[in-house]
Amino acid sequence: MLYREVGQFKTSYSADQAIFPIAQDRWFVVALVAFAFLAVPLFASQYLYTEVLIPVLILSIAAVGLNLLTGYCGQLSLGSGGFMAVGAYAAYNLALRLPQTNIILVFLFAGVMAMLVGLLFGLPSLRIKGFYLAVATLASQFFLEWAFARVKWFTNYAPSGSVAVGRIELFGFPIDTPAKTYIFVLAIVVVLTLAAKNLVRGRIGRMWMAIRDMDIAAEIIGIRPLHAKLSAFAVSSFYIGVAGALWGFLRLGSWEPLAFDVNRSFQVLFMIIIGGLGTLLGSFLGAAFIVLVPIVLNQLPSWLGIGMSTDTISHIEFMLFGAIIVFFLIAEPHGLARLWAIAKEKLRLWPFPY
Amino acid sequence: MTGKTMSGKHAGIALAALLGVLATAAPALAQNEQFVPNLVYRTGAYAPNGVPFANGIADYYKLINERDGGINGVKIVWEECDTGYATDRGVECYERLKGKGPTGAAYVIPLSTGITFALTEKAPVDKIPIISMGYGRSESRDGSVFQWNFPLLGTYWTAADIILQHIAKKEGGFDKLKGKKIALVYHDSPYGKEPIALLQKRAQMHGFEPLLLPVTHPGVEQKATWLQIRQNRPDYVLLWGWGVMNSTAIKEAVAVGYPREKMYGVWWSGAEQDVRPAEDGAKGYNSAALQHTAGQFKLHEDLKKYVYDKGQGTAKWEDTGEILYVRGLINAMLGVEAIRTAQERFGKKPLTGEQVRWGLENLDISADRIKQLGFEGELRPIKVSCADHEGTRTGRIQTWDGKKWNIASDWLTSDDSVIAPMVKEAAAKYAAEKKLTPGCLVTN
Repeated sequence: MLYREVGQFKTSYSADQAIFPIAQDRWFVVALVAFAFLAVPLFASQYLYTEVLIPVLILSIAAVGLNLLTGYCGQLSLGSGGFMAVGAYAAYNLALRLPQTNIILVFLFAGVMAMLVGLLFGLPSLRIKGFYLAVATLASQFFLEWAFARVKWFTNYAPSGSVAVGRIELFGFPIDTPAKTYIFVLAIVVVLTLAAKNLVRGRIGRMWMAIRDMDIAAEIIGIRPLHAKLSAFAVSSFYIGVAGALWGFLRLGSWEPLAFDVNRSFQVLFMIIIGGLGTLLGSFLGAAFIVLVPIVLNQLPSWLGIGMSTDTISHIEFMLFGAIIVFFLIAEPHGLARLWAIAKEKLRLWPFPY
Repeated sequence: MTGKTMSGKHAGIALAALLGVLATAAPALAQNEQFVPNLVYRTGAYAPNGVPFANGIADYYKLINERDGGINGVKIVWEECDTGYATDRGVECYERLKGKGPTGAAYVIPLSTGITFALTEKAPVDKIPIISMGYGRSESRDGSVFQWNFPLLGTYWTAADIILQHIAKKEGGFDKLKGKKIALVYHDSPYGKEPIALLQKRAQMHGFEPLLLPVTHPGVEQKATWLQIRQNRPDYVLLWGWGVMNSTAIKEAVAVGYPREKMYGVWWSGAEQDVRPAEDGAKGYNSAALQHTAGQFKLHEDLKKYVYDKGQGTAKWEDTGEILYVRGLINAMLGVEAIRTAQERFGKKPLTGEQVRWGLENLDISADRIKQLGFEGELRPIKVSCADHEGTRTGRIQTWDGKKWNIASDWLTSDDSVIAPMVKEAAAKYAAEKKLTPGCLVTN
């Protein structure tokens, strides 16, 4: 009843082409963003910022990036961790060697460097597909991890191979508290998501989806696979690179190549599989799921007042986390975003289903 | 179709409920209590080594509460959080626990070099000191730059130097090391990489050839590494491993026939858990012992009386003489003594991290005090200052005879004429990168 578009007439092309053609959707998203910017800082605790909101937002960017490549263009990649590392170390080196650079430029540079590396490792996608491509990108993951662990220049010859970033300032305004970091990350997430949304519903996104659905048919109707696949790799790596830089600078503050190991790649891939391939919403839901469920499971016994030994809690966390993933994949193989879509369908008919 | 929506709805409700709890969870604690977070790993690849250490810490706190009624009447409350030796989980645990108790965390024991590096960035902001006893950043000994880090009992540079001194002694002096090959088999993480700088410095000074052989986490696959050792035949092998990597290395050494007498582990590679899986093969294997070795001592009488006889023990009684358990006891004791030192100045009440930091920086445990505490023979006097956050730089070498660890050397002191300039240089570089102004922190 509440969620029904009856009476909303589209009287112009721009109304028809709006990102959210239904008014309820539009207002919901506006309210959500306003809530995130204005209301969250009123009640959020430091823990909520540093361990829940900031990690979820940053990994959402990485998941959006991988979703553009895997969900929209159909190119399976296991190299996300490596591309995040490229972003993080590119940002570190720029900030170290040219300390006056604006932090926005630092993060853009991180994205651009990751994009270049992504383009390079995207080249095999022109010849190989599916699982074989996954293995090729896995190779990039290992190569990049190796490079950052062994090439001393990247880590400024730190004896332990661990790097740390200094104070972060935006136009002379220090980003030092969790609340400021959160707002900064949120702003980046909003801008990048808006850009991604417009990419995927425009010519480029349709080109990617055509390649994903059937590359030969796409080629016949005049889409160049080289162009489509490499642009997907470039844009995807840009997003992942920015996410890597944010992860290093704003989440960790000090990191080693191990922070971007193959587990990180799997983590991002699982996010989009559980969240929903080919949907931007799924990237956010998946990131929230993968980050939050283990934390919640780990703290649940103490919230419920059940005294349990530390190791039992950890083991239960692993078992339940696995079980929940399996449950969601059986309940809805198309991911959490699909559940959301079904809920919306139901809401249109509510309270008089037929 | 209905089934699907149901699951969706349930998931929604569950998620909303959990988020609600997440936002409000903050259990209250009674007032006269000092809270200490305890980052442990009782699961994962490193659990065999993490468990006894965690048990030792927990039992010492129990003993202080049971026997003395806390520190001058202030009870110690602690909460464990399992990090699995993963840096991001460790940071999450720290954030979860740092604000608990009436005054927040007194100090944090990360028990992982990776987590120590991450927390080093957070400590000055949160004002919570880090006790990284015998691990962490070697340059964090310089308290004017690393005001919140306390690598008590020695850093990896100290440990590596002690091992090299012992080797030099065996060979008849550092000049005899010329032309020799010394391999370092290390865990490929900040932990394993820490001693490299010292090894290279000493190699330059004395003309031996360092051979660096990284082993990737968790270290169960070392065939390629030991093949290289078989080919290169280094004169000595230093082992910087943790968890299963240690026992695997010793077994591989047996397999390629490398003499165990020529292998030297850091003190994290010298526990019973590391040598027992190799059975007789581990005989002759050496490791550094910064201060203590295995076996029960004076403190165990009280431990038995006040904790174990009451059925409160965390470990099994027969395991309380294990090296890592004893190390947990010592680590907890240093923290408790720091709180006690701080209490003398700030009053016998729960203290903040900032006040405990002062206690750590002014920690002075004399030989008499060690005896009083029941740690006689396990420790040498410790005196911390702003310029020296290590407190002591001595250690011995111990050898495994197939049944137990035996001390095989006199006390050795790391050579400060070599290490001090390195610390100064590395700390200055860190300060420059972070745009810090070095200086001793004054607490009012």
